[in-house]
This record gives sequence, structure tokens and C-alpha cells, in this order.
Amino acid sequence: MDLWILLIQVLNGVQYGLLLFLVASGLTLIFGIMGIINLAHGSFYMLGAYLAYWLAASTGSLTLSVLLSLPIAAAVGYVIEALLVRTLYRRDHLDQVLLTYGLILIFNEAQRMLWGNDVHSVTIPPVLAWSLKLSDTLSYPVYRLFLSAVCGLLAIAMYFVITRTRFGMWVRAGAANRDMVAALGINVKLLFGVVFAVGAALAGLAGALSSPVSSVYPGMGDSVLIICFVVVVIGGVGSIKGAFLGALLIGLADTFGKVFMPNFASFVVYGVMAAVLLWKPRGLFA
Amino acid sequence: MSAARPIVDRLPRRLLVVLLILVALLALYPAYGPLLFPAKHGFLLQRLTGIMIVAVMAMSLDLLVGVAGLVSLGHAAFFGLGGYMLALLSPAYEGANLWLALPLTVLGVAAAAVVVGFLSIRTSGIYFIMVTLAFGQMGYYFFNDSRVAGGSDGAYIYVKPTVELFGKTLIDLDDKLTFYYVALGVLVGTYLLLRMLLASPFGRVVRAIGVNEHRVRGLGFNPVLYKLVAFTIGGSLAGLSGFLAATQYGFVNPAMLSWHQSGQVLVMVILGGMGTLFGPALGAFILEFARLGFESITDHYLLLMGGLIIGVVLVLPRGVGGWLLTVTEHRPADPDQEAP
Repeated sequence: MDLWILLIQVLNGVQYGLLLFLVASGLTLIFGIMGIINLAHGSFYMLGAYLAYWLAASTGSLTLSVLLSLPIAAAVGYVIEALLVRTLYRRDHLDQVLLTYGLILIFNEAQRMLWGNDVHSVTIPPVLAWSLKLSDTLSYPVYRLFLSAVCGLLAIAMYFVITRTRFGMWVRAGAANRDMVAALGINVKLLFGVVFAVGAALAGLAGALSSPVSSVYPGMGDSVLIICFVVVVIGGVGSIKGAFLGALLIGLADTFGKVFMPNFASFVVYGVMAAVLLWKPRGLFA
Repeated sequence: MSAARPIVDRLPRRLLVVLLILVALLALYPAYGPLLFPAKHGFLLQRLTGIMIVAVMAMSLDLLVGVAGLVSLGHAAFFGLGGYMLALLSPAYEGANLWLALPLTVLGVAAAAVVVGFLSIRTSGIYFIMVTLAFGQMGYYFFNDSRVAGGSDGAYIYVKPTVELFGKTLIDLDDKLTFYYVALGVLVGTYLLLRMLLASPFGRVVRAIGVNEHRVRGLGFNPVLYKLVAFTIGGSLAGLSGFLAATQYGFVNPAMLSWHQSGQVLVMVILGGMGTLFGPALGAFILEFARLGFESITDHYLLLMGGLIIGVVLVLPRGVGGWLLTVTEHRPADPDQEAP
């Protein structure tokens, strides 16, 4: 295979992986710290994408709408945590699955009522709407590079927040032993609310950022949700590092699966997960 | 998860009466249906048949989720495989021989369940959920992307299987009424079979695993083996359900294996009350009737479905089945079960 084509596929795979990481990091933190299996996490991704589409259409600026969708997704997440999820901390995981499944139905229907069943596309801001010329016939869209850069920077920022700040310390402590954190006098309610809201905001941001690349359509949250669960489980539940590596692994596996075995690309992703779990039944970094 | 496992050896008498009345209502439906719903009788007969078939699958999943503690999100793979086995076993222009097709289907699905179960039972908790999801999705993409039985278009079963004896047709599954009673028979039969299974020494060990696997291991049993057998039985029953569904609709497609299908049935099990067996079957009826009702009110029925599901989680922690058990129980149950 041509070296340039290989490079393009690697870039695509990394970009997809970094995007998945934004969604999966919230999912893994919410499960690791709060013990909640949040099926509605993909709905925040969809919410972000639709907000970006809708606000870009009304404000005319994608940058502005992405920045606006961030606090909105966070607020929606915080309210859902406070109203519904909070009642479930001491309950069976399956009750959480059932409740958040109900939330998915409501989110999907609300999306249909607000924005209809059509597939929408979002235009890339003119500053980023050009391509880098690689060879005579090949080029690479700058927006995708920008996307990777933003996601990469966020991942680094997250790393610093989690390893270097007091809030990050609480988060790590919460992932290791929830009850102990509560016993030490930390405001667990607030911590949980913030973690849930941040997770929702990250997922929403991922949806908003990816809207020009992947288009905006009904049910887009569901497929992302499942892939992100795959990522979380490969990495080991509750592990940010694991989610990062898992996301890159799945991003690359999916991209190269589509190149080498176009008919069985989705098979490859699930095959990778099955193989990892058969090798390490609790994920790579649990 | 722990204490509130509502498996009881003997159902409260009042609950038994309620369940028998419900079964009688189902059995007599073909008699009173045309009088009550003259315009929609045929449609409802068909829907009820479909719901009874799904209820069989819900009970089979309850054996895994509610009894053995194996939360599978890939159960639809066995359901779909059962349907596809029938499609592949049916000759092009004549009905498959039920004496041959049914055992072959159940055996084939059981073999698949043994393999999947053997590989996934090493993991537990959320990892088990995800491994079963992965195998389910692999099954989905196998039928979706390959050319076996029509790929993503699915395949038709033009002539339904027949039961023949000495060249005489005994049971004609093409007849809607006959098929209705076959589905009802399978529903009741599956329930009784599973109850007998749970009352047996084998079933007691499986139940104990669901409560505390370490103690079972400590008592000298091999939990892996018991879980594998339970997984295989559950998978085979789901295959039977898929076989019936394919017979009813005369059509199979990869969506039968998808995680949406698995998720929907899991919702029936949790909403109906895990580990009660009759609960998940009720859950199938409640969800499907709710859908029918909401659909007739509004286009945005999913909003109401979501609200209903969330409401049940908040109000009935042990699902509808658990609630029914508490209500019909004479004596106060043990304090664990009384707690809201």
C-alpha cells in the first residue's frame, strides 16, 4: 500500500479514536466513580450534534454554536443527575440500565419532535475548510486535523486535571473507593453531579465537533454509545488511561477494518473486544 | 443486587389465581375477541401470538439474568439464529418438516450457545454484558454482511413448516388460530418447564449461584459448569422462540439478532421483575400493549414509553412481578423484601 494512503488511514483512525475518547472518558468516569451504567450517554453526543446544527443555522457560526452547546449539554446532564440518576445510587445496576434506557427513548423522541427525521449536514467554517496537499492525487482535510488536535489537547488537559488538581484527586479517590471518599467528608453529591455534567458536556462537545464530518441524523447516539461501551470495557471500567488506549485501538481497528475487510469492518471491532476480554477478562487497566 | 431475589418455590395462592385467569383470558380470546373488537380482531390475534412468542424469549432470558445472575445483552443472537435455522432448513417451495426442522434448530442454537457461553462465562458483571453484546453483534454482522440467507435483505420462508404423519397434515401452522394455540402452548409449557427446572437440584444450584457464587464454589460445586448449562438452556429456548417468530412472519432478517432486540427483551425482564419467571412474560405483554395503546394516541409514543419505563423503575423497585408477589403474599415476607 502507498505510504501516503497508509498515513491518511492512520490519521483517520487516530481522529476517530480521539473523538471516541471524549465520549468514552465520561462514560468510564461515571461508571467508575458513581457506579452508574449510563445508557443515555450517547444521547448527549446526539444532543451536542443537533445543538451545533441548530445553533449554527441560527447564529451562522459553528464556532459559537459549539461553544454554546457545551454549557447546555452540561446543564442538561446536571439536571438529569439531580432529578433521576441520584435516586439510583443504591439500586441494582439493572435498574439504572432500565431507567437510562427510558431516557434514551425520551431523548430520541424529543429530537424527532424538535428537529424531525431528516439527515442534516453542517458546513465547516471557512477558516478550516481546505485540504492539505500530500501528493499529486491525495490531500487531507484540515478540519480533521483540527478535530484531532482539539481532542488531543482535551485529553492532555484531562490528564493534568486528574493527576494534578484537588478535584482530580477526588475523582481518582472516588473511582478507587466511593464510600471512603464520602467518609472523608467530601461533598459526594456535588462531586457526582459535576462528574455527570462534565461527562455530558464532553459527549456533547464530541457530537458538536464531529457534526461537520459525520452529519447529523436521528439515532446517532445509539451507535456511538455501543462503540464507547466497547472502548470502556477494553480499557477497563473506570480507567481513563484504559479508555484512551481502548479508543485509539478501536479507532484504528475500525478504520483499517474498513480498508482491508470492507465487508466485515464491524466484525473487526467486536472481534478485537472479544479477544481482549478473553485475554484479560477485566479489561487492559482494571 | 443481593437480597431481593424473588424466586419463590410456591407462588402465593392469590397470585396463582390471577395468573390462571390471565392464561384463561388468552385461551378464550379467539371466542370473545370477535365480539369485543370486531374491527381489529384479526390484527389483535396476530399481535397476541407475537407477544406470546416474545414472552417465551423473555422468560428464557430471565433464567440467565434473574436466576443465574448472567446479564446477557446478546440474547437476541440465539433468537435470530433460531429463525435463520428455519429459513435455511426450509426447502424453497415446500414447508419444512417440523419433526426435523425443530429439533435441528434447537440443537444448532444450543451448540452456538455452548460455544458463546464457554467463552463469555470467564468474565462477570459489566464485562459479561459486553462480551455477550460483542458475540451478539458478531452474529448480527455475520448475517448482515455475508451472503448467507439474503444478507441485509433477509430471507423469506414461503411455506410454513407442517406436522405430517403418514402423509396426513396434523397441524397446519399456516392457520392463524392453530398457530395462536401453538404459541400459547409453548408459552405455558416453557413456564412450567422452567419452574420444574428451578425446583430440581440442578435449578437450586443455579439459583444459589445467582445469590452467592463464592459460597456455591465453597460447597464443592463447579459454578462454571452450572452457568454454562443454564446459559445453553436459555439460549435454546430463545432459539425456539425465534423459530416460532420466523414461522409467524414468514421472514427473517438480521435485525432479529441486533442488540436493540436484546435490549428490548432485557427491558421486559427487568420491568416485569427479574427472577420471577412469570414477571418477564407479563413484562412482554405490558410493554407491547403500552406500545399499542400509546401508538393509537400519539405519533410520539416513544416519549410515553420512556416515561412509563422510568416510572416503573422509580415506583416498583422489583418490577411488576416483584410487586405482585408482595401484594398477594399473605404473611409479611422477610424484612428484605418489604423494604421499598
